[in-house]
Amino acid sequence: MATYNLKVNGKSHQVEVEDDTPLLWVLRDHIGLVGTKFSCGIAQCGACTVHINGNATFSCVTPISSVGNSEVITIEGLSENGDHPVQKAWEEVDVAQCGYCQAGQIMQAAAFLNNNPSPSMEEIDNAMNRNLCRCGTYHKIREAVALAAKNN
Amino acid sequence: MRSLTKTTRRDFLKIAGTSAGGLFIGFNMFGCDSPKVEVLSTEEVLAQAKNFNSYLSISPTGDVVIYSPNPELGQNIKTSFPMVVAEELDADWEKVRVLQAHLDTEKYDRQLTGGSGAMPHSWERLRKAGATAKFVLVAAAAKVWNVPAEEITVDQGIISHKGSGKSGHFGEFVAEAASISAPEDVKLKEKKDFKIIGTAVKNVDAKDMYTGKPLFGLDFQREGMLHAMVQRAPFGMKIKSVDENAARGVSGVKDVVVFGNSVAVVSDKTWPLLKAKKLLKISYEPDGKVESSSDHDEIFRELIANGKAEERRRDGNVDQAFSQAAQVVTAEYQCPFLAHSPMEPENFFAHVKGDKCELIGPTQTPDRARQTAAGILGIPAENVSVEITRLGGGFGRRLRADFVEEAVHISKAMNAPVKVIWDREDELTGGAYRPAVRYRFEAALDQSGTMIGYKLRGVGMNAGNSTREHNFPSGAVDNLLIESVNYESSITTNAWRAPITNFLAYAEQSFLDEVALAAGKDPVDFRLELLNRAKSNPVGELGYDVDRMIGVVKAAAEKSNWGKSPTVKQGFSVYYSHRSYVAQVADIEMENGTPTLKKITAVTDCGMVINPTGANHQVRGGIVDGMGHAMFTNLTFDNGVPKQKNFDSYRLIRMKEVPEIETHFLDTGFDPTGLGEPALPPTGGAIANAIFAATGRRLRSQPFIEQNEFSDIKLDIRRA
Ligand code: FES
Ligand code: FES
Repeated sequence: MATYNLKVNGKSHQVEVEDDTPLLWVLRDHIGLVGTKFSCGIAQCGACTVHINGNATFSCVTPISSVGNSEVITIEGLSENGDHPVQKAWEEVDVAQCGYCQAGQIMQAAAFLNNNPSPSMEEIDNAMNRNLCRCGTYHKIREAVALAAKNN
Repeated sequence: MRSLTKTTRRDFLKIAGTSAGGLFIGFNMFGCDSPKVEVLSTEEVLAQAKNFNSYLSISPTGDVVIYSPNPELGQNIKTSFPMVVAEELDADWEKVRVLQAHLDTEKYDRQLTGGSGAMPHSWERLRKAGATAKFVLVAAAAKVWNVPAEEITVDQGIISHKGSGKSGHFGEFVAEAASISAPEDVKLKEKKDFKIIGTAVKNVDAKDMYTGKPLFGLDFQREGMLHAMVQRAPFGMKIKSVDENAARGVSGVKDVVVFGNSVAVVSDKTWPLLKAKKLLKISYEPDGKVESSSDHDEIFRELIANGKAEERRRDGNVDQAFSQAAQVVTAEYQCPFLAHSPMEPENFFAHVKGDKCELIGPTQTPDRARQTAAGILGIPAENVSVEITRLGGGFGRRLRADFVEEAVHISKAMNAPVKVIWDREDELTGGAYRPAVRYRFEAALDQSGTMIGYKLRGVGMNAGNSTREHNFPSGAVDNLLIESVNYESSITTNAWRAPITNFLAYAEQSFLDEVALAAGKDPVDFRLELLNRAKSNPVGELGYDVDRMIGVVKAAAEKSNWGKSPTVKQGFSVYYSHRSYVAQVADIEMENGTPTLKKITAVTDCGMVINPTGANHQVRGGIVDGMGHAMFTNLTFDNGVPKQKNFDSYRLIRMKEVPEIETHFLDTGFDPTGLGEPALPPTGGAIANAIFAATGRRLRSQPFIEQNEFSDIKLDIRRA
């Protein structure tokens, strides 16, 4: 067990965990932020995507010991009132079916658009190919990412 | 619908000022005089609301709460059910809030999600729930205003009487409505007058989903709750011994519980469980058939050739037809087992407290969860409560209650609230699967290429009846024999989105393509010829409506420009399942020398479309699902254990692998039918037939990418 000080969504948190604990479980079980989802646990699906220093990162394979002072942003902290352009586009396009993958999709899209504000459709496909959606909402995800880019 | 910010304090006071007064039981909840915007929580609304029926409560503020009884797993029922109630109520959708109802067998029947059956089952009930409440509110207004009820109109939550110039919102008549009893029967609206049904109402949970609110079972937390993960035995094996020392040594692990053929590790956090489960040393011994995929292939071959079959349907004289045939076409098709792999792995919360039990979690069958718990604990079913969370996908997996069973056992053993969590490996290895099936088709053609005989034999691994004997082409062929053989495997199976038809449709629609080719006929013409036969002179019982099937076939041919372009290679498929009709055309074009799947056109007849966004979602989602599993996904066994244990080897379709999908819906005037499943079955056939048209290779087994016929084909998938 070791003590870690984490910066999540602009707030500091102190947690007492084993070094190998993935950030995902620190967020979900210790800090109570359950918006970040568990699905594969091996960096294959993107359900657990968060931002670490602005980069989309799979939190299920990110040990807490590697996070250090980095700035962690989760779906709960992406915007204050759920009005980040990507969240708004998701609402506008009405993307979700079951919705389980969507927090990860939104985090992936938000980081991607931050680095590439006017992407081509092909670039959108490449970026979003990292995230699985078992319900098959891919067309709508694509449409929503394009809309978010356009609106911004 | 307004989701979070409801009535502002100012709105609330204004409403209060214009109302008949005295209704505001909940008024004192606004203790402070701060000018800031007040948010009336749903609990606050409910505290003052009058309950009209199982589906509906209305508060004096005019807020309408609609209960959605059936589990929501992405089929959009939590939005579309309330739309139907709100329609007949003539509510203002902005004032509607939706709540997931808990299990309540007194109030609701068929409180489950499966078989695309919820809407057809509930359509009339939901309409009546809205209409009777409206009737009562109108009667109350008539009484208050002393005017005839027939002269009153209702629009968007406002009740008006033209003659007297009086009007008011629903909430103003809630108190008076309490003294009026609802009629047994009530007039429903004409479909042409619908204002909410048929519009693209947004998902009622959208905001919560996109901001990370705890909606799903896996998100549920309770003070003092323990977490548990379970190691299950390979199929056909039982536990011989358990060495739990290493697992117990993991920091954070509280206990190890052995029950039945399972071993659970328990902690108050998840990560220690993921580590400890791997450290369990369990040895197993055979307890039945220990099967591998190579055994299944053997069994299939044997049973297709010699198995004792159950005759499902026989028309005419099949032997004679085949002996007189000018040409016989025979082909066999096979599909593997598949896991359901919902993105949210299985999980469930149970708290056993003496002779009571509380259950919370994602289930498609809440009553089954209750019965299961009651059975294990030996307590009356009414002592078990079930709350349904949002489901992160189901696909049939959550029809079962194995995860509920585990949660109940462990909660009882630990004497504590427990949430059982499966990880992806548990999900892929823990059963229950879409059964593996093999089919043999035979067709007899006469000189003119008319199909005079048709035989289908299905062999399934725990598939029950692997055929659908009254589906097309039954009724269109004089001499027909349909038989099914079931093999009892130790591998557990379960309904998987569009049970049986998810593979049968592909096999049958591909085979009909083979027969059309042999008959020298265009695939669409050939199907229409059969359908016209079934219409003009049907043979035996028909399980489908021929006109509706012809309708989607013709429309799909037209919308896809069937056969119009020599450079577009097309594959056709049509299937009727779960009361809906879907025809699909896949388009492959050569691009830079590579066959490229560009588009799938789908025409659906599901009767009236309640919500075009939801309908589109279900059709596209069904096609993506059908395509992904037909192309890529395989689950194979080695001595009772699946070899694919996570998404690195269990391949699901991704963003870059979906073509453009164009959807059309036929307005045939029928009442709405379900849409969670019917779009999936035709997809594999449309794609396989297009691949044949483009490459001359016939894919008779899934997944396509693992077939020899496909090994030297590079298929690109691209959207416009
Ligand atoms: S849960 Fe992290 S990538 Fe799947
Ligand atoms: S919406 Fe269900 S997994 Fe993506």
